[in-house]
Amino acid sequence: MSLLQIKGLKVAYGGIQAVRGIDLHVEEGELVTLIGANGAGKSSALKGIMGLAADGGDIRFAGERLHHQPTHAIAARGLALVPEGRGIFGRLTVLENLDMGAYLRRDKAGIQADLERVLGIFPRLAERSSQLAGTLSGGEQQMLAIARALMARPRLLLLDEPSMGLAPLMVQKIYETIAAIAREGVTLLLVEQNANLALQVSQRAYVLESGSITLEGPSAELAANSQVRAAYIGE
Amino acid sequence: MDIFTQQLINGLVVGSVYALVALGYTMVYGILELINFAHGEVTMIGAMVALMVIGALLGVAPDMPGLMVFAGGLLVAVPACMALGFAIEKIAYRPLRHAPRLAPLITAIGVSIVLQNLAMLIWGRQYISFPPLLPQGRHEFLGAHVTDTQIIIFVTALIVMAGLWLLVERTRLGRAMRATAQSREVAQLMGVNVDRVIAATFIIGSGLAALAGVLVSAYYGLAHYYMGFMLGLKAFSAAVLGGIGNIAGAMLGGLLLGVIEALGAGYIGDLTGGFLGSHYQDVFAFFVLILVLVLRPSGLLGERVANRA
Repeated sequence: MSLLQIKGLKVAYGGIQAVRGIDLHVEEGELVTLIGANGAGKSSALKGIMGLAADGGDIRFAGERLHHQPTHAIAARGLALVPEGRGIFGRLTVLENLDMGAYLRRDKAGIQADLERVLGIFPRLAERSSQLAGTLSGGEQQMLAIARALMARPRLLLLDEPSMGLAPLMVQKIYETIAAIAREGVTLLLVEQNANLALQVSQRAYVLESGSITLEGPSAELAANSQVRAAYIGE
Repeated sequence: MDIFTQQLINGLVVGSVYALVALGYTMVYGILELINFAHGEVTMIGAMVALMVIGALLGVAPDMPGLMVFAGGLLVAVPACMALGFAIEKIAYRPLRHAPRLAPLITAIGVSIVLQNLAMLIWGRQYISFPPLLPQGRHEFLGAHVTDTQIIIFVTALIVMAGLWLLVERTRLGRAMRATAQSREVAQLMGVNVDRVIAATFIIGSGLAALAGVLVSAYYGLAHYYMGFMLGLKAFSAAVLGGIGNIAGAMLGGLLLGVIEALGAGYIGDLTGGFLGSHYQDVFAFFVLILVLVLRPSGLLGERVANRA
């Protein structure tokens, strides 16, 4: 049984069909990526999974249906989304943001251990723990958004464009961290416009074009595919 | 007697009541970006319910100490208004959660009218006197008079505000409220049940309003079905003065507005050569509101420019 199994997912905003019935699955422990151009419907697909956008289709997480569940209940099942544009709470401190990540957890000792773990992964956040999150740089905010999602100890982590708007050095650092998180056994679904990076770090990939999946397969194969290289890697 | 000190004291006392009411406006606005115009009416219902209980207690046990009777009234009025706030949100605002912004605003005005008329039907249109239950002692203080009632009102309001501050800054619910105020969508992603947080906000705000209503009627010795209208408008002005959506701003704005109003009423006669008297007191709150909206729409402590209201 797949950890996440999606059949015929549709997402529409105000009459515009952003996602037109996609099938997708993520196995336990995998890092899967969904690549595509700007406006292909990648973020909409993630929002559909989290119950943030009107959707149709069948979404199963560990065998249970997520459809028509409120977002907070979907989060309680063990899905965490790092939203596009990071979505940190700017007027909360770094530490309070991390506490919000663990909002649904009651195991104080476990939360404390995870806090130390994420601050170990992102030492920069430890230095700024009592600062308001809005004062962090873009890269630090992205670190905080990922760290906050990890505080939930998710069974599936959804990442929406983690490289967006960041300097190349910071992008590299974020991707090293994503790879490290995957090695620890966290299952990830990564949405990315930067196909080159996403295909390097992932095992399997889907290509989304105008709301439909046009290609799928092992990332190494897609990275070698001339169509993909022409359209998304710029060769 | 020193008029300045006297009016400063009077202003701080009334201002602490404005602050309690302003908190309800600002907390709801912070999360829903809705001006809950029915909030003033909740203060009135609080006063009326307390008066009913007080009347009953005095009827059954006329020898009960005044403070105990007063506390009895509060103990019923506050939970009753909390339930009312919960019901208002659930019945009037929740169905409009995804409607255009104007719809809940107009609904708020409708709720306000409904509550006023209900109160008029239940408690009548006459002024109801609030029995002198609180100690009436007077003290000399820096050349002015302070009454025990004033001290009780001011200290109660400050203690409750300190409690609210702790709740918002230090508890899990408070953190969820602040997170929801910043982004409802992301708060949901963290597992926050936003509907519950919104309900809690209305419940807490309405409890504060009930307390304010009881305190203000005890202070002036009067209650009336229309009293919530002016109190609500002034508290709304106080919330805007402090920066709507900002909790510390509502506290500061309330105290400041009370002081401005009291000093204005104290000196307006001298300043206009007796042409305008202290009954023009109500003008000051709205004068302040207009000044703030023109000069600093985000208020004293507000960060966001309130161009969305």
